[in-house]
Amino acid sequence: MAFALTPERERQVDEILTRYPERRASLLPVLWLCQRQNGWISPEVVDYVSQRLDLSTAIVQGVVTFYTMFFDQPVGENLVWVCRTLSCDLRGGKAIQDHLENKLGCTTGHTSSDGKFTLLKAECLAACGQAPMVQINDYYFENLDVEILDRIIDAHLTRGAEAAVREFATHATFGAPRKAPISTAPPPPSPEAVRLASQPPSAPDSVGDKS
Amino acid sequence: MSNPSKPLLTARYGVAEGWKIANAERAGAYRVAKRALASIEPATLKNEVKKANIRGRGGAGFPAGVKWGFLNPGPNDQVYLVINADESEPGTFKDRSIMDLDPHRLIEGAIISCYAIGSHVAYIYVRGELAFSVARLEEAIAEARQAGYLGDRPFGVDHKIEIYVHTGAGAYICGEETALLNSLEGRRGEPRLKPPFPAVKGVFGMPTIVNNVETIAVVPDVIEMGGDAWSALGRLPGDGGVRLYGVSGHVRNPGLFEAPVGITMRELIYDYAGGILGDRPLKAVIPGGSSTPVLDPRRLVDAPKEDQPLHAWHGKSEIDVPMGVDTYRALGTMLGTCCAIVMDDTVNMVEACRNLMRFYKHESCGQCTPCREGTGWLVDVLDNLCVGRGKPEDVDLLVNISNNMMGNTICAFADGTAMPMLGFVQKFRDEFVDAARNGLPADVRHDNSVRRIVERVA
Repeated sequence: MAFALTPERERQVDEILTRYPERRASLLPVLWLCQRQNGWISPEVVDYVSQRLDLSTAIVQGVVTFYTMFFDQPVGENLVWVCRTLSCDLRGGKAIQDHLENKLGCTTGHTSSDGKFTLLKAECLAACGQAPMVQINDYYFENLDVEILDRIIDAHLTRGAEAAVREFATHATFGAPRKAPISTAPPPPSPEAVRLASQPPSAPDSVGDKS
Repeated sequence: MSNPSKPLLTARYGVAEGWKIANAERAGAYRVAKRALASIEPATLKNEVKKANIRGRGGAGFPAGVKWGFLNPGPNDQVYLVINADESEPGTFKDRSIMDLDPHRLIEGAIISCYAIGSHVAYIYVRGELAFSVARLEEAIAEARQAGYLGDRPFGVDHKIEIYVHTGAGAYICGEETALLNSLEGRRGEPRLKPPFPAVKGVFGMPTIVNNVETIAVVPDVIEMGGDAWSALGRLPGDGGVRLYGVSGHVRNPGLFEAPVGITMRELIYDYAGGILGDRPLKAVIPGGSSTPVLDPRRLVDAPKEDQPLHAWHGKSEIDVPMGVDTYRALGTMLGTCCAIVMDDTVNMVEACRNLMRFYKHESCGQCTPCREGTGWLVDVLDNLCVGRGKPEDVDLLVNISNNMMGNTICAFADGTAMPMLGFVQKFRDEFVDAARNGLPADVRHDNSVRRIVERVA
């Protein structure tokens, strides 16, 4: 069956097209819109995008296969990216990955049998100061240990992704030194909550100390 | 040195909901942009940025003012500003904090920069993983447009400025500026041959300035203080101001710190980041993202002659040299993104090296053969060393492969792989030789990680 975007997303495509002097430049943003709706870039999506942007399917397919985050096969309901680059590995990235494989019952690169989670290995996700971390869908979960990881996955399973994000997702990093282990820290009040990372109170030249 | 205790770049990080325009403005946002557009000539702005000696914060350390000076648009040329927020160098996590906590600083910097270089459109290229930062930036841009700071007449001045966020889709190579431009044009993120450089022929064939997020974010402070005064905040000649330092790995307080250019690695690790976990000895530190050759604190600077750039630090440890673009180049490494990865004495360097080379193998765009094949070979050889299938000549093979990658490709990715590889072998050769003979001890690889977690929480 042919793929079609929702009318709201069609309007977004029209707006995106105004941002660039060349039609082709809208390719990545439009692919993102499609993947958000469809979950993955199916051959039907490639057909749709190539017609909408007046590009050959080979060009669209070439771009889709270049970028790690575009999927050319179906994935689970939630995407779990576990960072295994050096900063995370020094703080236990491997243990986090092993634990996830056990907990989700699938090896990295595969989807759990209930279709709820696809576990993927990520390269550095720019959260090194709060290692180890995983990304689930659009959100970062940092300063992990296996205990808090269990709670995050359980929250996804029992209360849904939104609740898990509200309770455990982390965003930016600056401020007072981290004292208590994260697993006993109070949950942030909102999805926008900032979980503070680190700033030595006594550093001679340090600035921005809000503690 | 002027007052170092006053935060600049991070001044609004602590403001409650500082990402909302009302809160950011109460704390001083957009004052400089307003004044700059109303009463300062673009040429003057450019000159202040040049005087500020901002060494590009994205890793290469190229002076931003000099880069802007390369622009020489023809009468029909549309100049573009492209802000590189494809932060994916392993160990680096600074730009994300600017976008999440103080997006209006970036937007203000972009407005001033656009005006200075005569651009009407700025694209912020954010890596695809940072969906939250993208949402926050888009919100902030909408607020700024609503307030009349963007659009046809920003601050009532007749110089149209639009800022768009362009989201990548997970490719480290798109941090390379010409790959980024290709990605922005809707192509595969494969770097272009240079010259022509982007300032001559960049995105959509037009003159383009590509700057890192942090580089653009300091522009408001530079204009407010004046280029000379801002430059003097730094402790090194020709390398000005303050910057964000990140520390990750085996330290007590990993995270971000704002400090003047030119603090030492020792200060960063022990004074800012609280020292090594469990007071263990420091074994090695990767100074500025994984592409920068590793530093060994036991090695001493060898610069006996007075005309050598590092003579002042002759006989001192490598980590006592001030962190600057030029000093670190003289040291045989690079300052990179200024985000250090710290390793204590339990880390096996062959394993650490293998981890990073695996990253490069995954991220090579595949365009040039030396890089596409070389990164794979490095990982294969290192895999063999780690599992005890190594041969004594493998250590030299690693050096040989690296030397054949360097300088033989379109972009600097292969150099960025070969340089740290050579650094590891040069500084920790014993461990590589030992691994080639005996493989790695069984407990080196994964058990380490589990113990770390226990240690941290206890």
